[in-house]
Amino acid sequence: MTGTGIGPELITLENVVAGYTHHPVLTDVNFHVHEDQFTGIVGPSGAGKTTLLRLLLGTLKPMSGTISASKDLRLAYVPQLETVSWNFPITVEECVLMSRKSANQLPWASKSEKINVGNVLERLSIGELAKRHIRELSGGQQQRMFLARALLRQPQVMLLDEPTSGVDVATRHDVLHLLADLHEEGIAIVLTTHDLNGIAAHLPHLVCVNQRIVASGTPEEVMNPDVLEQTFGARMEVLEHLGMRIVIDEAPSSDPMRNAG
Amino acid sequence: METLLEPLQYAFFQKGLFVASLSGALLGFIGVFIVLRGMSYIGHGLSHSIFGGFAAAQLFASSFYILGAGIWGIASALAITAVTKRSRLGADAAIGVITTASFALGVALFAKFGTSGPSFENALFGSILGISSEQIIGLIAVTILTAAFVFLRYRALLFSTFDPDVAAVSGVNVSRIEALLMIVLSLSILATLTVIGVTLVAAMLVIPAVIARMLTDSFSRMLTYSTIIGTFCGLVGMYISYYAGVPSGTMIVLVGAALFLIVLAITGTRGLRRSAGLDSHTDASALAPITR
Repeated sequence: MTGTGIGPELITLENVVAGYTHHPVLTDVNFHVHEDQFTGIVGPSGAGKTTLLRLLLGTLKPMSGTISASKDLRLAYVPQLETVSWNFPITVEECVLMSRKSANQLPWASKSEKINVGNVLERLSIGELAKRHIRELSGGQQQRMFLARALLRQPQVMLLDEPTSGVDVATRHDVLHLLADLHEEGIAIVLTTHDLNGIAAHLPHLVCVNQRIVASGTPEEVMNPDVLEQTFGARMEVLEHLGMRIVIDEAPSSDPMRNAG
Repeated sequence: METLLEPLQYAFFQKGLFVASLSGALLGFIGVFIVLRGMSYIGHGLSHSIFGGFAAAQLFASSFYILGAGIWGIASALAITAVTKRSRLGADAAIGVITTASFALGVALFAKFGTSGPSFENALFGSILGISSEQIIGLIAVTILTAAFVFLRYRALLFSTFDPDVAAVSGVNVSRIEALLMIVLSLSILATLTVIGVTLVAAMLVIPAVIARMLTDSFSRMLTYSTIIGTFCGLVGMYISYYAGVPSGTMIVLVGAALFLIVLAITGTRGLRRSAGLDSHTDASALAPITR
């Protein structure tokens, strides 16, 4: 799997400072999204991962610095499952159809749009769930539905906010393989995650963020105790198992749990 | 049958029945977006705010008080949106300050200068007696405008209601859609104010939509059901209002409340779960197997 970003640039952030109500969350950010990129943005809660994602999406204006994107760039965004209103009265098909061409605003979709939706749902193995209410799906199926909605836009870049947050191990593997397939098909993928072992270690390229970009590179390059301590503010041990990096917490000697009993 | 036909011999009742049904349909229709966006309190506040404009506009130009109240209402709606977005004040606090101040101003102006339009009581609780032909034309125009807005901006409205962040990335101008929705809401409240009344209009924005939500899991069906339920409440409420001799707005709302209880009894916990949003995706994960 390639994904370290050597193709043409699609989005560029240069010397960007960004935040909310005059308080910078991220400073001095230089970040590039290339055509063949598959990157995980890792960092602790409040590090600025979602802020960086919003800058790439163009929904947050920088306080300073410049953001540029290639002309007519097709972006798609997959939100965190936790942020979605699952009781909203909508079926899987209706949800995916939201993302159809902007020009068609009418209540009903055209025949070709319905065929497109059917094809995308089939491709993601949830074709038979089209008429189900979104609440009736499992976590993995919900993630597939949002991937289908994103794919309907035929994106060049897909941005995902914590795509495996709150799902079980099998679903996590499922989503990861699906994203790898989409990347193989030529879609640049950038996702945020705080799951170092379950997600980050499997990706070809990582960017460690904590108010700034701490490090950038392959898991082998950035998953080391020094970078992780700068990123997460805690000492961690890094082991190697079958060529994969595994991060474990380095519990302090005064750890009450360890010393108990 | 006699009960149904007898009031229809009066022109004022025919007019009232038409206006009440159309008002119920309009509020039921637009109310779906208000309920699903969690804006019920905005509807409540906005109706009170428009009351201030209603009173103030009569002072300066009695023949154009509807226009004045409309401008006041739209300005209030846009002010609430702006204050909520750009300041640290929460939406509920912003609405509380802007709309109650506006309502208080309206009460003060009514008390001091009286009115050349609907009476104070009619403005608060609704009445079919004070409806003019201009108001009926206004209500029809607002209903057509609202239907056209929803029809022509359906995808953007639905998308921004369900998921505003993704909608913005997908080419929907979310701020513009929100502003337009607030304008349409203001106009709908204004057009139905005389029939339903300031204090009760918010209830008719919420009740039909909540009942419809209890009955269906589909957005398009919820829109249809809510409109039909609103029409039904207007129709039945008017008849009861005629026979009971009470303001039309109160009876329209009470019919809605009774219907809510009936539907609640029929749908039980299923209906409650749909309307209260108790379900979550983690709970639902057990309902369907992973299909790969």
